[in-house]
Amino acid sequence: MGRYVARRLLQMIPVFIGTTLLIFLMVNVLPGDPVRALWGDKPPDPAQVAQIRHDRGLDLPLWEQYLHYMRGLFQGDFGRTIAGNRPVLDEISRAFPVSMRLAAMAWTFELVVGIVLGVVAGIRRGKVIDTAVTLFTLVVISVPIFVIGLACQLYFGNNLGWITPTVQDSTNLGQLMVPALVLGMVGLAYVARLTRTSIAENRSADYIRTATAKGLPRRRIITVHLLRNSLIPVVTYLGTDIGSLMAGAVVTEGIFNVTGVGNLLFEALARREGAVIVGIVTVLVLVYLLASLLVDLLYAVLDPRIRYA
Amino acid sequence: MRGAKSAKWVAIAGVVSLAATACGGGGDNGSDNANRKIDPKGIVSYANGEPQNSLMPANTMEAYGSVVIDSLFTGLVGYDKSGNITYENAESVTPNDDNSVWTVKLKPGWTFHNGEKVTAKTYVDTWNWDANPANGQQNSAWYRDIEGYDQVHPAKGKGKAKAMSGLKVVDDNTFTIKLANPIPYFAYKLAYSSFYPLPSGALKDPKKFGENPVGNGPYKFKSWDHKKSIQVSAWDGYKGQSKPKNGGINFKAYTSPQAAYNDLRSDNVDTMPLVPDSELANYKQDFGKRAINTEFSAINTINPAYYTKQWKDVDRKVVQGLSMAIDRDTIAKTTFFGNREPATGWVAKGVKGYQPDACGEYCKFNPAKAKQFIKAGGGVPGNKISIQYNADQPHKGWVTAVCNSITKTTGVKCVGDPVTDFQADTEIRDQKKVKSIYRSGWVLDYPFNGNFLADLFGTGVDGNKGDFSDPKFDGLVKKADKAKTVDESAKLYQAAEKELRNTMPGIPTFYNKVNSAYSNNVKKIEFDQAGDPVLWNVEVFKK
Repeated sequence: MGRYVARRLLQMIPVFIGTTLLIFLMVNVLPGDPVRALWGDKPPDPAQVAQIRHDRGLDLPLWEQYLHYMRGLFQGDFGRTIAGNRPVLDEISRAFPVSMRLAAMAWTFELVVGIVLGVVAGIRRGKVIDTAVTLFTLVVISVPIFVIGLACQLYFGNNLGWITPTVQDSTNLGQLMVPALVLGMVGLAYVARLTRTSIAENRSADYIRTATAKGLPRRRIITVHLLRNSLIPVVTYLGTDIGSLMAGAVVTEGIFNVTGVGNLLFEALARREGAVIVGIVTVLVLVYLLASLLVDLLYAVLDPRIRYA
Repeated sequence: MRGAKSAKWVAIAGVVSLAATACGGGGDNGSDNANRKIDPKGIVSYANGEPQNSLMPANTMEAYGSVVIDSLFTGLVGYDKSGNITYENAESVTPNDDNSVWTVKLKPGWTFHNGEKVTAKTYVDTWNWDANPANGQQNSAWYRDIEGYDQVHPAKGKGKAKAMSGLKVVDDNTFTIKLANPIPYFAYKLAYSSFYPLPSGALKDPKKFGENPVGNGPYKFKSWDHKKSIQVSAWDGYKGQSKPKNGGINFKAYTSPQAAYNDLRSDNVDTMPLVPDSELANYKQDFGKRAINTEFSAINTINPAYYTKQWKDVDRKVVQGLSMAIDRDTIAKTTFFGNREPATGWVAKGVKGYQPDACGEYCKFNPAKAKQFIKAGGGVPGNKISIQYNADQPHKGWVTAVCNSITKTTGVKCVGDPVTDFQADTEIRDQKKVKSIYRSGWVLDYPFNGNFLADLFGTGVDGNKGDFSDPKFDGLVKKADKAKTVDESAKLYQAAEKELRNTMPGIPTFYNKVNSAYSNNVKKIEFDQAGDPVLWNVEVFKK
């Protein structure tokens, strides 16, 4: 177990270097010059352009820029933004707590409601409740997230006035509630469907029949035997979803004016802020890698047959 | 079970119908605001965004920062709705006979928010500091008219001097500016935020100052919660004319205009710079009397890239013909829902020297003449044009409409040429790689017609991206710059603008407008011709 974890951690190093390098190169290939763009429609001032380029190290050859960047990264320095010359770390550490709150709420929502719906539907396969859950998840998956988001905003915000149409304070959990529900909606549908299929399949497995024959109470059969063995695909999905909930909330964050990671990334891309993009991706890669390691370790907990030497 | 099933169906149908009727709400309810009491301490909130740079006047070009800067600082001069100079911190700004030396007299007794006096030396020190490239102020090129600028700020390398030789302090409240190239309308440039004064502390520690600015304007800086809001409060010690009628301003950061629009509809924010294009059709209905649709000194043109093979030696009659093939009135009414105005010249409305119909018949829809002109000019080379635009802004609609109009009337094939975003678009224009025609927009720097002419269409100037050249126009510009007075210069520039109809540097399409609205929390909000809200004048209702 310990050796397995160590090996996985070591494997992260090449993945980490590879992704950062790739993103770094990709940002540099994008058309448009971020320094020139500071002047917008107006003619730029060549002396200032040169000064800013020199200041941010953009006049160095690409490989040297990357080395500089990586060296800084290992000392906790994420570089500075081109516009405004602010530390990238400040920007990132402002956005991540917001996204973490939003993602945690959305994730809990899809975990709890999704699994409950899935279990109920799986056990009562073919019954009305199953059809209802399947239909509901189908609708949620097929309607684009921005439609759900805008409809909620319009209805709860503009018409009913229960919430303010946009989030006024991105760190306030109460205000993040509706965006989190919207964000977790699609994940919830997938979790419910995965759980339902898995439960429905395992319901007729031998060990369940054995447990029933032994006369175990129904509740114990469902929670300990059926659910635990059915959770592996769900855990896989939930694990990778943490990352996408944090980075992929661009649309939801945009609708509700939440200043999280998705928004920061979008803005940075539009402004070609290389250091910000690479910085965010670096952190996200770490989140993804750790989440997938956790998922793999959870497999062993859920299914004793899986062992890591 | 049967009963339960139908109940579920009802529930689902209910949700769907709720979502469908959601668009029906809102509407005008501004009529009952007439009798409400005004709260002089009330706070106005404005849908802004996070400023790109820290808050230094000479380092702020974009709208999010400059609207905050304008509340914190007051410059020497300002301008009124018809583009005339008004004196703010200056008592007078007077040129000598040949406009080469300008004497600035300050109104005595002005101070910064921290009590430091605003004197002639303040201005001279600030400007010298701003102009120095080592201080990294983006707007430093604004000082290029002043003698000695090229010593402080050479095109390449480090400056040889720290102070511009053209600036001289006479006494506490007087200083003189000697210009390298005299122009009669120099005072107009002084209205730009680049020329605002800075207290001595700012020059010593600009980093700290930028996060915590101290100005001489109607509002005092209170706090900046990054990406959330900037708050300023009315300053009792303000000596200028724009004394705040409210208690302060809350500049709220929004990441998208759509989010701001929805907040505005629910009175969560009091006004926004421009409603999103998707709401242009609805906003007048949504806000009724509280909708704003006023003039804005900005113009859109489509410019042939004169360095391309297609346009290099083309008879300008062809360009005039294309211009006459665009049905501007119909496009303004349909594509823009009446929120743009057909352009009739190259200078936007609301600036000094604006003249209607500078382009004359060439900017009026005339299918017969359009065909005839294009034919007489030898036709469009290749019989096909494309209009380059940036796809991250809503240009597609009107570009398509303009293209359709051209093709329908003249048979010349016309397509849009979308480029992913504004940055990529600018790069192609800067590198002179436009294939045929490109979209161009210009918002006033200062309200004088010369700004829309000499800075955009003069041979070889930075703003002239299409390599347009008209020696006759250049001559007229030179003459206008040599005029004795502003009025005379504006008149001569009008003649230069009229000359452009013969050579067509670009095809004028539409004048922009300010399309905005205000909430039920405030009495009224107006916008100036630079497209900025006049926030000091806003009265807030008692809650």
